[in-house]
Amino acid sequence: MTTTVVEQASQRFGQLGWPTPRLEDWKYTNLAPVASREWRVAPAILPADISAVTLRDRAVAEYVYVNGVYAPELSTPNPLFVMAPSTREQHYARYADYANHPMTAMNTANAQDGAFLQIDASVNGFIHVIHYSTDGYASNPRNLFVIARGAQAAIVETYAGTGTYFTNAVTELVAGEGAVVDHYKLECESIEAFHVATMQIHQERAAAVTTRAISLGGAIVRNELNVALTGEGASVVLEGLYVLTGRQHVDNHTVVDHARPHCESLELYKGILDESARGIFDGKIIVRPGAQKTVSRQTNNNLLLSETAIADSKPTLEIFNDDVKCNHGSTIGQLDEEAMFYLRSRGVGEAEARSMLVYAFASEIVDRMKVEAVREQVRRIMFRSLPNHLPERREKER
Amino acid sequence: MLEIKNLHAGIEGKEILKGLNLTVGTGEVHAIMGPNGSGKSTLANVLAGRPKYEVISGSVTFDGKNLLELPTEERAREGVFLAMQYPVEIPGVNNIYFLKAALNSIRKHRGEEELDAIEFLQLARQKMKLVDLDEAFMNRAVNEGFSGGEKKRNEIFQMAVLDPKLAILDETDSGLDIDALRIVAEGVNALRSEKHSVLVITHYQRLLTYLVPDFVHVLANGRIVKQGGKELALELEQKGYEWIEQEMAAAQ
Repeated sequence: MTTTVVEQASQRFGQLGWPTPRLEDWKYTNLAPVASREWRVAPAILPADISAVTLRDRAVAEYVYVNGVYAPELSTPNPLFVMAPSTREQHYARYADYANHPMTAMNTANAQDGAFLQIDASVNGFIHVIHYSTDGYASNPRNLFVIARGAQAAIVETYAGTGTYFTNAVTELVAGEGAVVDHYKLECESIEAFHVATMQIHQERAAAVTTRAISLGGAIVRNELNVALTGEGASVVLEGLYVLTGRQHVDNHTVVDHARPHCESLELYKGILDESARGIFDGKIIVRPGAQKTVSRQTNNNLLLSETAIADSKPTLEIFNDDVKCNHGSTIGQLDEEAMFYLRSRGVGEAEARSMLVYAFASEIVDRMKVEAVREQVRRIMFRSLPNHLPERREKER
Repeated sequence: MLEIKNLHAGIEGKEILKGLNLTVGTGEVHAIMGPNGSGKSTLANVLAGRPKYEVISGSVTFDGKNLLELPTEERAREGVFLAMQYPVEIPGVNNIYFLKAALNSIRKHRGEEELDAIEFLQLARQKMKLVDLDEAFMNRAVNEGFSGGEKKRNEIFQMAVLDPKLAILDETDSGLDIDALRIVAEGVNALRSEKHSVLVITHYQRLLTYLVPDFVHVLANGRIVKQGGKELALELEQKGYEWIEQEMAAAQ
């Protein structure tokens, strides 16, 4: 990263400042509780217990960062994925817009370490990147994944930690012509943590990307996902699952930009909201004048498990072209009473029946995950996060 | 086994059952017949504890326990099973996972060992044959995409696995062709024993050809108005329900 980029970003953050809910893009989320705190910046590597999140034995490579600093003794890198300086120069900070997005500017100005991975040939298995944080620290994790033309890769980002801390991550993912990418962002931060993450996906001709954002932890969480379909025939699948309880707040903000013809975007976000949690889906699909034959579907379904949980859903289409097939919609509902009665009438207890239906709601997203290790991880953490409703948890406690 | 005394019940403030009395002994098969709107399904739903149905007065005793006090799942664990008229589709809930959880809840309640996956599959396979369901059904979501006949056979399959003391069939025959009807009846007949009772709720006589009842009750306007043996069902089939209604009018 060149000094100029860092300087420019720093200058821009100075001008933009922290985002406030007065900005349309930030209307649902107020970062004042984060901005008003004093955070420490890690001087060096701190000890961290990553045993709950490591997938070292199953991943082809695992990269671990603690408070934004690379931890080589916890990592199992693979020389295959080392990024050439020229590749970094070509792509770094070219997609995530630090000129207009304050949190991206903050990250670009302050990022210490991050995963810079170049995937030139298809990878059999998945690459795992862990950003782990500890109490009192702020970090700006920075990832750049460049998947070469025709290559296939699965990449998993996990965010976790302990105590109260602040993570402001930026990930840029470049899928070259015809590349096939299966990407996961697994947010299982501590329940007191603040988490902001911006994901910028750049797809060239006929590139196919699937990205899944799973939000299970954190007090205030903001997931920003921007996809630029800049090559003809590119396709993207965006899936999200947020399972929240207590007073958790998760804001999913997605923008898919159809710039070229024959591109496809299929988006499905599902929220399960219990107690006084608030889950937001604010999604926008833009179809530009030159993007004929666009196919786009945007869906957000929410399941409210309590009277005090809140779901906000704002799917938006901006279409500047009449040769397209686009639809969008959202639902907010409760557990199906008929289904509850059916399960209970067979002897299944009320709590277990609820958990079966909650799990069934999530399974549409979870069951489609191709990487088995991640699927299992998500199930395990999900069962922990809704203790009153999920059977596995209770069985463990018995 | 089941004793219903002067039961008044309804839904959304409307009284539908108006003083129903019925006693079902252990090992007996009772048929309840009646015209549409007579309260047949209300009776089935009240016995199973479906929410929104309100009991106004009267009592229901099952094996000496006050059934109306028990939540739905407790009734099932005590041995009441309702084969539903309209089984609901539950996407995402695996048929076999759900049924195993149900059976183990019941077994636990009875103080029996829970079955492990292998033992359960053995039992399930054996019972599936009874209702001629393909094994592929086990791994599908509960009732999702099943045809009407498959849903009803799935109800009988669940009944066979859960082995209830009292099975209530709520219009299980409706919409079935003759082959499916025979399969359903055979499934229920296989359960018949001196320990199991069955309450068949139906509008038509045809199921009763295969599933021969010990007693037939005619329900009209929320009350049992006539009782008899299996021949009463045939009489109803020939004469229709108007005959009962006329008799009732004459009696008043």
